[in-house]
Amino acid sequence: MNFDFSDDQKLLQKTARDFLEERSPLAVNRNVLESDLHYDADLWSAAAEMGWQGATIPEEYGGAGFGYLELVLIAEEVGRSLAPIPFDSSVYLATEAILLAGNPEQKKNRLSALAAGEAIGTLALAEGRGEVHPNNIETRFEGGKLTGTKLAVANGNTASFAIVAAKAGDGVALALVDLSADGVTRSPVDSIDPTRSIANIEFKNTPAEPLGDAGQGWEVLQRVLDRGAIMLAFEQLGGASHVLELTKDFTMGRYAFGRPIASFQAIKHRLADLYAAVELAKSNCFYGAWALSTDSDELGIAACNARVSASTAFDLGAVEMIQMYGGVGYTWEYDCHLFYRRAKHDSVVLGSPAEWREKLVQRLVAKNAA
Amino acid sequence: MDFNDTPEEAEFRAEARTFLDKHVRPLKPGETAGGVLERDDPEIVKQAKEWQACKKDNGWACLTWPKEFGGRAVASNLNVVWNQEEGKYATAANIFGIGIGMLGPTIMAHGTDAQKSQHLERMARGDDVWCQLFSEPSAGSDLAGLRTSAVKDGDDWLLNGQKIWTTGAQFSEWGMIVTRTDPNVAKHAGLTYFIVDMKSPGIEIRPIKQINGDSGFNEVFFSDTRVPDSNRVDAVGNGWAVALTTLMNERSSIGAGGGGMRAEDLIRLAQDCTLNGRPAIEDSAVRQKIANFYVNASGLKYTGYRTLTALSRGTTPGPESSIGKMVGAPMAQELGSFATELMGITGSQISGPQETYLGSPGLRIAGGTDEILRNILAERVLRLPPEPRMDKKVAFREIPTAPPGK
Repeated sequence: MNFDFSDDQKLLQKTARDFLEERSPLAVNRNVLESDLHYDADLWSAAAEMGWQGATIPEEYGGAGFGYLELVLIAEEVGRSLAPIPFDSSVYLATEAILLAGNPEQKKNRLSALAAGEAIGTLALAEGRGEVHPNNIETRFEGGKLTGTKLAVANGNTASFAIVAAKAGDGVALALVDLSADGVTRSPVDSIDPTRSIANIEFKNTPAEPLGDAGQGWEVLQRVLDRGAIMLAFEQLGGASHVLELTKDFTMGRYAFGRPIASFQAIKHRLADLYAAVELAKSNCFYGAWALSTDSDELGIAACNARVSASTAFDLGAVEMIQMYGGVGYTWEYDCHLFYRRAKHDSVVLGSPAEWREKLVQRLVAKNAA
Repeated sequence: MDFNDTPEEAEFRAEARTFLDKHVRPLKPGETAGGVLERDDPEIVKQAKEWQACKKDNGWACLTWPKEFGGRAVASNLNVVWNQEEGKYATAANIFGIGIGMLGPTIMAHGTDAQKSQHLERMARGDDVWCQLFSEPSAGSDLAGLRTSAVKDGDDWLLNGQKIWTTGAQFSEWGMIVTRTDPNVAKHAGLTYFIVDMKSPGIEIRPIKQINGDSGFNEVFFSDTRVPDSNRVDAVGNGWAVALTTLMNERSSIGAGGGGMRAEDLIRLAQDCTLNGRPAIEDSAVRQKIANFYVNASGLKYTGYRTLTALSRGTTPGPESSIGKMVGAPMAQELGSFATELMGITGSQISGPQETYLGSPGLRIAGGTDEILRNILAERVLRLPPEPRMDKKVAFREIPTAPPGK
């Protein structure tokens, strides 16, 4: 039994943490939040130089050729530091979709640009409130042209291309579309976390190419989301761990009634509960990492476990952090809201925890029946 | 990351299976391993002792104990491999866990040579069953507040008082007891630890009937019970340090647990029960709830894997392992409660979920309440300040035990 990362992998993680502590303290997240920037372009380039965006891209396409166990540890650090870079949609989702379903031409054209950080990719899924489901997709992809409107597209302002879920005949297909193409209108909308900007995107007869076999788009999408969910769960884990540390330190230093507030059971017990939530999330994330790196049959269930567990821990941490900081925690000046924003964005960006719980039960029922 | 056995683990596992195949049969589907003795049944005690002796004679008892005391000095991860394999067979009840897991290591650390040679080999072989006499009616979570007294009388000590929640006292040959030998000093300083012969005159054992009808625990009364000074473990007044050794070993002897209802069972139940004219499994609120149970149960399971990995590298489990019980016990209670309600009117009839519902409150208290476990995590893992103490520097007899004037 060896349910842990290797020393080399941990060293890589340490390097990523050191780099981000130096280059992306919370002030950097705040700079992006308070400006019209959508991300930190210099940080994005520096990450690309270290091979982060290309971690799972084969070397023949310009990638670093690490592996998923390495990528998730980098993701944990990106999440911990709240780094304002479009890692989620570009690295976990768009890159994964092309790796899974792209033809040789698409891989050649897209992957090296993604690895170099020159391209930012995204998925465009939602068309209304609530879950994304084949029944509520109306965007059409016919004769190489895409028409319809997608909402709250992650990094929609800055992405260079999108993978769009659209109706083709009766089924759902994935269309790969350059966002600089004719007939694309982007409308930025306010994001709960402006360091993870979003936009609505309208397509009018926009030229696009199919990604993967027609009729299998929905199935491919589910695989992409499962794999992305595990990677994002590590970001959430990193965020939750950081929240626990910061809140612990704050409550140790804050005195009331002549004692550090961390000496009150009302505080201690809540931190213990948060600790337990973080540990459960960590264990579920580890299992997800294993499933991802081995492409296990358990990947679907492992993805649900990791996503639900990590969302629970990060959401709980972000909520409790403000409460335990007290009044100052609700101010713009303190950093609590940076975590509060990111936690909720992460909870919904791949579909809400409720959707993933539903998906989990579907999969468990199917597994029991088998 | 690799879930497979190391070559050493695989070899040990194969060896364990060979032994088990020769002496016991594998469990049938739905059958549970070992089981716990809840009543004083001489036949079950006899079977348990025979199985322990068989293990000892073949080198499978007390695997982590040093060789000089009859163990095999294997690493913790191999002990886990053994537990996993033994758990697949229809073995006798294990009534030796407290002795071998907690009290044996205490004797090794604090006992005299005479105590070691008198007891450890017999304990390992299952000749003697041991019980732990710590808790008292007014000293549960506040363990050091115990009042059972030991007063020196020549070469003996005279014990008076009452212990409670004593597992297996009915069929134990020996007990380990913490007593108060000096009420005039601060409470942790006035304690002394003894080995007591459970058949001594002046001991009365009364089983406690629990809310689930079982009687795993007892009250034990001491009236001028005579204990020779040679049975004292460590110095007079040093009982708290000895008790801590016992409690630390309690943590590492707690296994993966198991038993009770699982999240997967809940799916089958929800497929059988009806809600709103359809199978309850089709109800969204039911599905959300099941998912949460499953995610948390998975988190605990994989946390166990992480612990196993740490064990295989030679570390001992630390206070972090408290989260298993802290999360698992209330979850068992919620699961039992939820499943019972899912069954509608028939939920009042005893079957699996109701047993989990009735048994789970005890899980949240025994071995440290939810609240104590949170304190442990907060103070020993997160290093938050300890609870302020009103009783630490006061002589024990001056510590208030009731509101003023009562």
